[in-house]
Amino acid sequence: MTALLEVRDLRVAFGAAAAVDGVSFTVAPGETLGLVGESGCGKSTTALALMRLLHGAVTGGSAHFDGRDLLALDRPAMRGVRGAEIAMIFQDPGTALHPLIRVGEQVTEAIRAHQAVSAAVARARALDLFRQVGIATPELRLRAYPHQLSGGMCQRVMIAAAIACSPRLLLADEPTTALDVTVQAQILELLQTISRATGMAVILITHDLGVVAGMADRVAVMYAGRIVEMAPTAALFAAPAHPYTRGLLGAVPRLDQGWDDELPIIPGSVATAIAASGCRFAPRCPRADRSCRATPPLAPVAEGHLAACWHSG
Amino acid sequence: MLRYLGGRIGQSLLLLLGVSVIGFALMHLAPGGPLAVYTLNPTVTAQDIARVKHEFGLDQPVHVQYVKWAFGLLTGNWGYSFFGGRPVGGIVLERLPATLELMGSSLALALIIGIASGIVAAVRRNTVIDYATTTLAMLALSLPTFWFGLLGIYVFAQTLGWLPAGGMASTGGGGVPDRLRHLLLPMLVLGFVLVAQWSRYTRSAMLEILSQDYIRTAEAKGLRPMRVLLGHGLRAALVPLVTLAGLQLPLLVGGALVTETVFSWPGMGLLFVNALGTRDYPVLMAILMVGALVVVVGNLLADIAVAVIDPRIRLTHV
Amino acid sequence: MSDILLEEIPLPAPAGRSHVLRRFVRHRLAVLGVVLIALLGIGAAGAPWLAPHDPDEIAISERYAPPFTAGRVLGADDLGRDVFSRLLYAGRISLAVGVAAMLVTLIVGFAIGAFAAYYGGWIDTLLMRLTDVMLCFPSVFLLLFVAAFVTPGLGSIALMIGLTCWMEIARIVHAQILALKSADFIAAAELAGAPAWRIVLRQILPNTLAPILVAATLNTANAILLESYISFLGYGIQPPQASWGNMLTNAQSDFQVDAWLAFFPGLAITLAVASFNFIGDALRDALDPRLRDA
Repeated sequence: MTALLEVRDLRVAFGAAAAVDGVSFTVAPGETLGLVGESGCGKSTTALALMRLLHGAVTGGSAHFDGRDLLALDRPAMRGVRGAEIAMIFQDPGTALHPLIRVGEQVTEAIRAHQAVSAAVARARALDLFRQVGIATPELRLRAYPHQLSGGMCQRVMIAAAIACSPRLLLADEPTTALDVTVQAQILELLQTISRATGMAVILITHDLGVVAGMADRVAVMYAGRIVEMAPTAALFAAPAHPYTRGLLGAVPRLDQGWDDELPIIPGSVATAIAASGCRFAPRCPRADRSCRATPPLAPVAEGHLAACWHSG
Repeated sequence: MLRYLGGRIGQSLLLLLGVSVIGFALMHLAPGGPLAVYTLNPTVTAQDIARVKHEFGLDQPVHVQYVKWAFGLLTGNWGYSFFGGRPVGGIVLERLPATLELMGSSLALALIIGIASGIVAAVRRNTVIDYATTTLAMLALSLPTFWFGLLGIYVFAQTLGWLPAGGMASTGGGGVPDRLRHLLLPMLVLGFVLVAQWSRYTRSAMLEILSQDYIRTAEAKGLRPMRVLLGHGLRAALVPLVTLAGLQLPLLVGGALVTETVFSWPGMGLLFVNALGTRDYPVLMAILMVGALVVVVGNLLADIAVAVIDPRIRLTHV
Repeated sequence: MSDILLEEIPLPAPAGRSHVLRRFVRHRLAVLGVVLIALLGIGAAGAPWLAPHDPDEIAISERYAPPFTAGRVLGADDLGRDVFSRLLYAGRISLAVGVAAMLVTLIVGFAIGAFAAYYGGWIDTLLMRLTDVMLCFPSVFLLLFVAAFVTPGLGSIALMIGLTCWMEIARIVHAQILALKSADFIAAAELAGAPAWRIVLRQILPNTLAPILVAATLNTANAILLESYISFLGYGIQPPQASWGNMLTNAQSDFQVDAWLAFFPGLAITLAVASFNFIGDALRDALDPRLRDA
């Protein structure tokens, strides 16, 4: 099976600061890849770089989507990809929708940006899409403004606009972080349903391991601009190979913990000034030693399971 | 929406009442009073002054005068000029079109050039274009309008002879081209300051909006840059910009007064300055009230426009 | 929740002193403004020593002398008075009016804004409505209106300008105090047992200072403009005392004889006003961390 998206050695720098430093991964058609890490680790930046929405940042590497390098396309061609072949939804639907434009128009303009259809046809399509994403009384909702809808409803509108042109890849950047817990589950289920029904691949970006566990086929764990571990979801949860992944899993509170037990934490925080060389997790790693001064490669530890740690063998 | 509108109109009326009280009080509490000019004139006797005072009702207590005047204002009797005795309403209103012509054309110029340059500066921020635009705008705001007007007259009227130095039309009339030639210089002078303000406000409003999430969403949909910039960016910027249009009105009215005096433009500003020289109270008060009315009504219209553009305001204020 | 452990708590970076300075210097125009103001200030303060002639000395034989003739750098005016000397002396008046008027706007604006915000209730409503009413008057109208009835002089003109331009300061002070009254860090200071005066001195004042400083600078610029205009019309500083504005009173007729006469006073006004505006603009950028990239 050939990959739908093949990212190779992606680098993004804002001025002198590298935010993404040599990230490589692939996404197969219809596959859902979870991209996990603490905030500031570069996961959102990776997605925005793929969409070429990072103004003023320097990018390097390649990202072949269906045979074309997204990073090398000219601007009109890239505009043809955005929204039509790769769509994106964001963390806070409250701010991602234009506050002064009716939500119906925000969906129809996505259609009409890529397809020469009349306003009436676009409207009918938007109505269909609203039904598809589970918006009740869609005729009424088309004329609503974002502030008249709940957060979950707004995210449904965002999804409707995103899938309007039947894209083959959806970049979902923390799509449920800003929502209530019960709504989170509904939105994730909706994404999963759409993905299965249409064969749309999804890159699901989140800091919440619970989210990827339920939805992703494979998971890539990012730390400080690099992927440190990548594995099928079940394998990752069963046998995390990288100390950072283990820390993340340990940091999810469990019901069988006693009240008085201290919550396990990963000491320290994401290094903002990235060290010149070596493993970037070393300063926070319980297993760090001299060997960690050299950068560990992302190497296989099992079938389809990669980890970047000298001690993962 | 109707209740919101009613509330705003009520507020506006209260504002006008406040303006009239303060204006009236200022005028009558000033040392010497309205007839101070006459006391310096040796040919005018004390009896003459008393007679004139009585004639114009100036010997009555201030609050009685105010009520009479305010009642007259509402019923269309704006009093009579101290000089020539013509009804004030006629004197002021015949000057209104000239002022509106000057203000309107300058504002139109400012809207077009100011907003366009502001958008360009915001999109090309921290480039040479941005620095040049913002610096030029700041300089324009620092120019004394009257001096700028005088320089314009010197260069274009006196030295080059391309444009007339003042007035609204050549003696003996002249057609539309002649009137436009007269309008051009004052319009540019008054417009220059306004362009600068609009440019600055548009730039800062657009800068804030362009960093919003929904702009990124619009880009992620693959919309054309112009559509993102105007359909999404400027649409959101309209709310602060329309509000600005309302707030800018005192500057516009004040600037029109300055420009009119320099270019002998026969509008209300020139009338005001002339009436000031002769201490013609009824005329001064009428112009002050018309000026305040323009400001208040403008602000009201701006608020209504904002409520139409921004559905959230309709919701919160109803 | 895992959110709490994985999401960093964002801490706003404090605007350090060196940082403020760097951004200030980056605004070269503001630096230029400071230099120009300094030059104009020195010229004005040192006028008695720097002026080559008595500013009121009339020399009929040298009427309309162009610049660099008859030993006069900027020429002589319609009465043969030395333009350069008059410019220096006029600068004393115009700059003094600007600064004094700015101080009046500060005092009146602060008093009204603080009083309204502190007491709240109907006092607040009344004072802030008064502010709205004052904003409805185009300040030039109001100023001329009053100026026509008051004996003109440096003090009275500064006072009048100040009394027509305090509204912005009042609004800033009002909004800042209202916002700060409910701000978390004030509550924190109260909880920590800090006395009221200390809260005002250490917390409220520094927070209010930045926007007020900016407004004060811009008010100075505006006051200089307003003074020049009413003096130009003959309701401000009265001749023979020179101000930049009244040196332009006869500009329109001067054009036909000696255009330079109308040029230099206007240039002086523009430079002074632009300098204050540039400084105010840069201060706004430098002091407000939220506008860092704007």
